[in-house]
Amino acid sequence: MSATGDIVTAGNALTEPGAAGFLQRYEGLRARFPGQRLPWLAARREAAAEAFRAQGFPTRRVEAWKYTDLAPLTQAGFGEALTSVDGALPLPRAAAPRRVVFVDGRFRADLSDPEAPVRNLADHLGAAEGLLGSLARTEDLPLVALNTAMFEDGALIDLAAGEDGGVVELLHVTLADRPVAVHPRHLVRLGAGAKLVLIERNWGHGEGRYLNSPVLEFEVAAEAHVTHARLQQEGKGGIHLSTVFARVAEGGTYDSFLLHAGAKLARSEAHVTLAGPKAAAHLNGAQLLGDGQHGDCTTFLEHSAPDCPSRQTVKTVLAGKSRGVFQGKILVDQIAQRTDGYQMNQALLLSDQAEIDSKPQLEIYADDVKCSHGATVGELDENQVFYMRSRGIPEATARSLLIEAFLQEAVEGVTDETARAALAEAVAGWWEKVA
Amino acid sequence: MPAVTETIDAVQSVTHSTYKYGFETEIDMDFAPKGLNEDIVRFISAKKGEPAWLLEWRLKAFALWKTMAEPRWAAVKFPPIDYQDAYYYAAPKKKDGPKSLDEVDPELLRTYEKLGIPLKEQAILAGVEGAGESPAEGRMPVAVDAVFDSVSVATTFKDRLEKEGIIFCSISEAVRNHPELVRQYLGSVVPQGDNFYAALNSAVFTDGSFVYIPKGVRCPMELSTYFRINAKSTGQFERTLIIADTGAHVSYLEGCTAPMRDENQLHAAVVELVALDDATIKYSTVQNWYPGDENGKGGIYNFVTKRGACRGARSKISWTQVETGSAITWKYPSCILQGDDSVGEFYSVAITNNWQQADTGTKMFHIGRNTRSTIISKGISAGQGQNTYRGLVKISPKASNARNFTQCDSLLIGDKCGAHTVPYIENRCMTAKVEHEATTSRIAEDQLFYCRQRGLSEEDAVGLIVNGFCREVLKELPMEFAVEAQKLLQISLEGSVG
Amino acid sequence: MLKIEGLTAEVEGKEILKGIDLEVPTGEIHAIMGPNGSGKSTLSYVLSGREGYEITGGSATFNGQDLLAMEPEERAAAGLFLAFQYPVELPGVGNANFLRTALNAIRRGKGEPELDAMQFLKLARERMKALSMPEDMLKRGVNVGFSGGEKKRNEVLQMALLNPSLAILDETDSGLDIDALKIVAEGVNAMRGPNFSSLVITHYQRLLDYIVPDRVHVLMNGRIVQSGGPELAKQLEAGGYNSVQAA
Repeated sequence: MSATGDIVTAGNALTEPGAAGFLQRYEGLRARFPGQRLPWLAARREAAAEAFRAQGFPTRRVEAWKYTDLAPLTQAGFGEALTSVDGALPLPRAAAPRRVVFVDGRFRADLSDPEAPVRNLADHLGAAEGLLGSLARTEDLPLVALNTAMFEDGALIDLAAGEDGGVVELLHVTLADRPVAVHPRHLVRLGAGAKLVLIERNWGHGEGRYLNSPVLEFEVAAEAHVTHARLQQEGKGGIHLSTVFARVAEGGTYDSFLLHAGAKLARSEAHVTLAGPKAAAHLNGAQLLGDGQHGDCTTFLEHSAPDCPSRQTVKTVLAGKSRGVFQGKILVDQIAQRTDGYQMNQALLLSDQAEIDSKPQLEIYADDVKCSHGATVGELDENQVFYMRSRGIPEATARSLLIEAFLQEAVEGVTDETARAALAEAVAGWWEKVA
Repeated sequence: MPAVTETIDAVQSVTHSTYKYGFETEIDMDFAPKGLNEDIVRFISAKKGEPAWLLEWRLKAFALWKTMAEPRWAAVKFPPIDYQDAYYYAAPKKKDGPKSLDEVDPELLRTYEKLGIPLKEQAILAGVEGAGESPAEGRMPVAVDAVFDSVSVATTFKDRLEKEGIIFCSISEAVRNHPELVRQYLGSVVPQGDNFYAALNSAVFTDGSFVYIPKGVRCPMELSTYFRINAKSTGQFERTLIIADTGAHVSYLEGCTAPMRDENQLHAAVVELVALDDATIKYSTVQNWYPGDENGKGGIYNFVTKRGACRGARSKISWTQVETGSAITWKYPSCILQGDDSVGEFYSVAITNNWQQADTGTKMFHIGRNTRSTIISKGISAGQGQNTYRGLVKISPKASNARNFTQCDSLLIGDKCGAHTVPYIENRCMTAKVEHEATTSRIAEDQLFYCRQRGLSEEDAVGLIVNGFCREVLKELPMEFAVEAQKLLQISLEGSVG
Repeated sequence: MLKIEGLTAEVEGKEILKGIDLEVPTGEIHAIMGPNGSGKSTLSYVLSGREGYEITGGSATFNGQDLLAMEPEERAAAGLFLAFQYPVELPGVGNANFLRTALNAIRRGKGEPELDAMQFLKLARERMKALSMPEDMLKRGVNVGFSGGEKKRNEVLQMALLNPSLAILDETDSGLDIDALKIVAEGVNAMRGPNFSSLVITHYQRLLDYIVPDRVHVLMNGRIVQSGGPELAKQLEAGGYNSVQAA
């Protein structure tokens, strides 16, 4: 690609590995972070850096990280994405009519649809005071602390009551030609009764090592409805560590779907609070992991108001030497009577070198609840494969069809057609590619 | 439980309190000084006349224990335990161990009578000389080993068992008479340093039961151990070791009670099971240690390690537990499924009422091919009780065609209690199938009304519905145990409705 | 005798029963007919003591005892039996165990000796035979996996065993085919006698072809709007509930 813009190469050296390196970067960049003139923001970054310093990167001794080892992150050095790249970029086909694009953590107005109801955070930090960090905890989540200290840009979507934001694609591209570490921060607020379909896509170009560690915060007011489709299609050497927070008020809905398809190491955490009566959450997902990949879908769903339904179906398909992790906790507070919670996670092992670790968890303090979870692990049914082959379908196609059928239940939960089509496209033909 | 059949009726007249086993027996006791150090370990070993290897074994455990910390991951809360503020050895005073029931302190025998253990009756039936016994009232005979505080006081039906080559005695006796067996298997399933409480037990265990079933023998009766903590400020650290040799078959029952006390008492037992080729061990527990009063004062800390190794092909280990007592229960009876085609089972009912806390479950390690495991857990929370199922199903890459089915159901009675489910599934085998289901519910209002319309009191209706909820587990218990367990469930829930 | 005077009741603040007056003398069978939402099921639940119904006025006595002051199980022990429109499932609770527990609870209430397992089984088998119920229903969980007809038959079996002096049949005919309906009716008719009375609540006249009532009452909008002999049921069948309203 041609990099013709404002090229800055000085200081593009790699930091030392581990938390210390990131803290060095923080010290070095502190004065230059966007919004540092805003006292509240500077203080928040400083406190977050302190929280990160105190915690460091989580190790597997931390229960929540029992199955995901951050060694690929902590044993390597990373650099600042100082080079801003201009001109034509090999972008994936747009998934929605309106698209905004970030490259290496920074907004690219030239690639973005000005009609999209999205502003870039770096230039509108004044409007973010009540939103930034209103949900994202830093005291026990070091990656969120790191993001809060170091974010440079992100999307700011603030819909007024009753506003329909339409379907928006939020594309984040990382150019994996250098081991950069980026920490985008996206803030989304829906006023009462507002609507939004957000297709968040994290896409990597190239095969090298890099870190993309976004944090998203969703404030969903009463009767508002957000669909959040998350497509993680990072590059082969990418490390993707994302954390989503959502708080849903009375009658509102946070409807999300996570797809883990790319990256060498990926973990997506979701922390969702159903804060008002009849608020609803769907936390569906699929992980498609091939040789050498590690995918971790971790969710924490708190029912803190009565009469809330939640649904979660997560499917993991593992091929080659891969490892899949599902951790899902549903917490039902004492006040959350008549909770209706359902959680299902299923895994399909296609290789004898793959591993799945699953930890569905219920913590219930209210007595009038209906909560259930289920987990299954198995392999493809060879009878079905044989049946299809006997009808003339090639084996790889047969397997692919069965895998897609396995994923179907999770994908079906996505009600928005554009989002579902984007997911279907990302899933289609996966097996033929990895086999 | 046979050891306690008819207990409810027998004991209700003894105490009017909710906990039916809360009496204390006044017996002259022999204590080691309070506290825990190497000298105490040596004292215990010397007191029991143990061989040098066992003392070394204990000392190694003690050394390990000193380097370890209490586990803190369980969802239970309790103030720090001062391990120096307890007696580690308490035994009814006796010059020698009892040679026959006649030598057993009559006060002790009366205690067991209160508890409904027909020790004396059985001994007579068995004939102290071991001749011509016939089961009472058509009931299956049950051989009982009773452990009082730290010491085994009586074992019945020994003679009849000996004819079959079965060894059923206290572990102290086994150390004396069958050292080769004890040495071979002790710590082979739960090593000294396995966990904090197991290390403590390994250093200071005073007694417990030992069972060896020889090749091809099907044990002709249920074997039972009856545990009771009596003395103040004592911990109970019993150690049970059961070995089923090739093709052997045994069903073992364990029951427990303790007097009511304001203080918390520690019970840190270790149970090891070994099943060789084609052997089956069925281990049933009805745990009814004192749960503390309705304000959460007192009660037993039941921190036990139970593990079975299915070493042989086609072997089977089945755990059934009904946990109604204890202030805190921390136990995970587990199966190591090493032999091909071996089977592990875990059936559990755990009730927490008032301020009781239970963190219990199982671990199933699938190592051999075609290994199968079944986990059925029923948790019932009432009052301010907290009930956690915590389990692990781990399937190694070589465990081809391994199968696991897990079902965890929780029932909540009242809105101040909690029910938690924490299953871990770790699978590294493509051909394995693992299924886990969990549900949480409460007793439906229409179910209660339906029963009451048919004339049942609310408490009886709850008891009936809870027993129905637990049926899949209760049916795994030997018949006489099951009757007892059903009554216990209802008693444990007293005061939880209305 | 059951005597209801000026009974009013609310559910979640909404008045459903708006002043019921009704007398069922001992030995008689009365039918209550009414359209959906007229308060039929509410009346049966209020009489049997289900929670969630607030009695706002009036009285209901049974053989002189104040029904409304009693717990549900006390009413059952006093001889009141409700055959549920939707019998409740009790997973894991064996039907035999449930029936015996209930029977003995009521016998205790009456001061009669309890039945042991053998006596109970003998009695239960007799009654089941009379109702053409397969014996394996005793072994199954209460109503679990029962068909609609089996559940209703199970209700009638319980009635036959518990031998109440007042049976309230809450739409027992709903979901029954004609053979099952006949069996249920025979079960009720077999109990007829000077010491048995019954309140048969139904939407349709059909059941009353088999259980011929002494009196028929029409319940509409929370009140009994008309009472008469068995011929009233026929009239409703022909003219529908609107004919009553017009009358």
